[in-house]
Amino acid sequence: MTRFAIGGAPHMPPQKTITGVMLQVLYALIPGIIAHWWFFGWGILFQLGLAVAAALLFEWLMLRARKQPVGLFMRDCSAPVTAVLFALCIPPLAPWWIAVVGMLFAIVIAKHLYGGLGHNLFNPAMIGYVVVLISFPREMTAWLPPQEIAEQVLSFSQTANAIFLAQIPDTLSWDAISQATPLDTIKTGIEQNRMVAEVRQAPIFGDFGGLGWEWIANWYALGGLWLLYRRVISWDVPVSMLATEIALTLPAYLIDSGTNPVPLQHVFSGAVVIGAFFIATDPVTGCASPRGKLVFGAGVAVITLVIRRWGGYPDGVAFGVLLMNMAVPLIDRYTRPRAYGYAKQDGHP
Amino acid sequence: MQHIPGEQLHHFHGGLRLRHNKKIACRQPIADLPLSKRYVIPLSQHAGAPATSCVSVGDQVLKYQPLAENPGIPGARVHAPSSGRIEAIERHLVPLPGGPQAPCIVLQSDGRDEPLPLDPLPVDASADVLLARMDAAGIVGLGGAVFSTAAKVDGAARQNIHTLVLNGAECEPYIACDEMLMREQPERIVRGAQVLHRLLGTERVIIAIEDQMGAVKQAFDTATKDLEDFQVTRVTTIYPEGGERQLIEVLTGEQVPADGFPQDMGLLVQNVGTVAAVADAVLDGRPLIERVVTVTGPGIRQPGNVMARIGTPVRELIEACGGYREDARRLIMGGPLMGVALASDQVPVSKAFNCALVLREKDIRAPQPAMPCINCGECVRVCPAQLLPQELYWYIRSDQYDEVEALNLSACIECGCCDFICPSHIPLVDYYRYAKDELRQRAEDRTRAELAKARFDARTERLARIKAERKAAREKKKKALAQARDKQARIAAAVERSKARREQTPPDDTGSDRT
Ligand code: SF4
Ligand code: SF4
Repeated sequence: MTRFAIGGAPHMPPQKTITGVMLQVLYALIPGIIAHWWFFGWGILFQLGLAVAAALLFEWLMLRARKQPVGLFMRDCSAPVTAVLFALCIPPLAPWWIAVVGMLFAIVIAKHLYGGLGHNLFNPAMIGYVVVLISFPREMTAWLPPQEIAEQVLSFSQTANAIFLAQIPDTLSWDAISQATPLDTIKTGIEQNRMVAEVRQAPIFGDFGGLGWEWIANWYALGGLWLLYRRVISWDVPVSMLATEIALTLPAYLIDSGTNPVPLQHVFSGAVVIGAFFIATDPVTGCASPRGKLVFGAGVAVITLVIRRWGGYPDGVAFGVLLMNMAVPLIDRYTRPRAYGYAKQDGHP
Repeated sequence: MQHIPGEQLHHFHGGLRLRHNKKIACRQPIADLPLSKRYVIPLSQHAGAPATSCVSVGDQVLKYQPLAENPGIPGARVHAPSSGRIEAIERHLVPLPGGPQAPCIVLQSDGRDEPLPLDPLPVDASADVLLARMDAAGIVGLGGAVFSTAAKVDGAARQNIHTLVLNGAECEPYIACDEMLMREQPERIVRGAQVLHRLLGTERVIIAIEDQMGAVKQAFDTATKDLEDFQVTRVTTIYPEGGERQLIEVLTGEQVPADGFPQDMGLLVQNVGTVAAVADAVLDGRPLIERVVTVTGPGIRQPGNVMARIGTPVRELIEACGGYREDARRLIMGGPLMGVALASDQVPVSKAFNCALVLREKDIRAPQPAMPCINCGECVRVCPAQLLPQELYWYIRSDQYDEVEALNLSACIECGCCDFICPSHIPLVDYYRYAKDELRQRAEDRTRAELAKARFDARTERLARIKAERKAAREKKKKALAQARDKQARIAAAVERSKARREQTPPDDTGSDRT
């Protein structure tokens, strides 16, 4: 007689792991990171390094403090994903402590004080971003111009000096290397009653969005499509977010193309593409059911546009995501799928 | 009815595309097993109450002879798989979850395999006779439900069934017993289907098979060549399309109501193996004493299918297929997703035993800590019952069973799709099984509490009534007393009054007063 150990069904080993999912998200961001480096220089690499190091440190400290299995949770790679998304959103020459403060709020407060992985209500990367955006508006709006039109390109060591010591070469001034982003430019332009076409004459604009920005967005989209293909994310959020973005801006553009930018301008500037594929798709703080995801994505798009148009900030993706995070329980409640065989009896055909 | 079932195929929600893994067991024909020395026949291998033994230890029995009777519909008779002597009626390991022992009849075979004379029925026997025969032959659903076929068909005969569906879509990877049966014995299945077709007066018979079963399609096409009402339909192989409710949705585009059955929609679904057993019972007079079992998996040397008599120890099936490989680690009755892990290969083959699957270490999930749910929604995407597995999990964990009920846990078919896909490796199905038990317990408690309450209420009421009656009686008495007192008082008063009057009016003549 042979005896065997027993175990519950299903017996097949699971297909996915959290680590696997998170790693794929990181891989999918690589094209975007390279594009970012290409257009904006070495800054992004420093910011990535800083943010990831800070995130891992805070994650480790909090896991210890909360008496959680440190090894298990450090391996899940969720903190680096938060860090990378955050780093991609901040200006490349932001001083080093921006990343540290951002990660402090993202990992310690938004993630662990809410109960750690799987329990946080708000997207940690966006909490970190919004905190530094509100607290340090000057540092957070100092974007570099894309290298193609920059007067002088900072070398690796010059970048390091700028980030860590706030020193820039004598030939340059902070004003010269930091320039308004395309979204800022449009917003101020329209507020000054100038025509979009006129505003877009500025060298900072490309074919659809900002020069450089649109290419970075393309590479993010490529990574996003790969995630879709690998089924790491589902199509609902990105499609609904991008479609809403276009659907809402198209009528305005058609009615008055003078003061309303082309819909693609909206899609390809700021954080819309990275938001659609990488940020609003964060599982923990989003909706789980397909219909819920559609509502969530559409909501982010609407809030983004409202803030871009009427709000005090040039971009609104981060606020859109955070506000929709709050709405998730409500959306979940109203988008529950009807269980098999219950469809007709409920009285809602 | 607007659409003819099977005319157009539809989809069910979710499901998994899995590696089929059936081919390894389909290389050789179904093999016969040598006679076993001892058969262990469980008294309970069907839905409903255990059968009641009708033999005694020491009895000599013939093959096909009933060993235990159906205790009442739904239940099922159990027959002798071979001739021999009843050695014991005792508790023995049975193939059920948890590895329990249950009453079994142990038959020591005499090696002669001497049968009882058989009594075939004519094709045009009446419905009652046919149903009685199915019942007497101990036929139960061989697809997994093991519910009495006679009872199911009897129920269906009272409803207006227009379509008989033969379910040849095997749910899970590896299991190939139905595929092999369909390949090798399509006529037997078709003959059985004709019996039910006539009995129920259905308009059509749909044989649903998976699209990857090319050989089966050919076999059935030949077997049903001259049969107008028969139609072979290939459905896409997505786990769990062999589930009754999923198959109905694929064939009709409609869902079976949660509290109903396919029969309510005019369809009756039968597993192909069950239908073959009906043919045996009716047309040959043979009761159900054997079934095809797939013996397969990477832990088996020569995977294949065997025709196993009910009661054969699983070990003998494994030996017939070359035995275990050294790295065999788990023995499962059924498939890799819903199968039951067996602790020992001493358990007998029961009517529900469709597959003995042996897996290696790397084919089974390693014991690992579950991570927190990250709400990724993968489980929602794959759930064929359209539930919210992750919300169920949260509510079960926080003991909110009202919510669990409101989320229709009862619709969960325990297919394991959610569990398999979950990146956090949460044993979701374990939670659901536990919660279903809990809900059942709660429902029982509730009924018991209601009963107790009803009893308590009745008692309180009775006591209250008695009290009220007593009180009323007391009141009455009091009143009577009071009245009596009142009366006396009144009399007294009257006496007083008359006395007073008398005192006021002086007596005219004392003498006259006396007279
Ligand atoms: S698949 Fe697992 S981790 Fe994802 S939502 Fe479902 S239970 Fe949570
Ligand atoms: S086991 Fe239940 S909850 Fe999970 S996928 Fe299957 S039916 Fe849905």
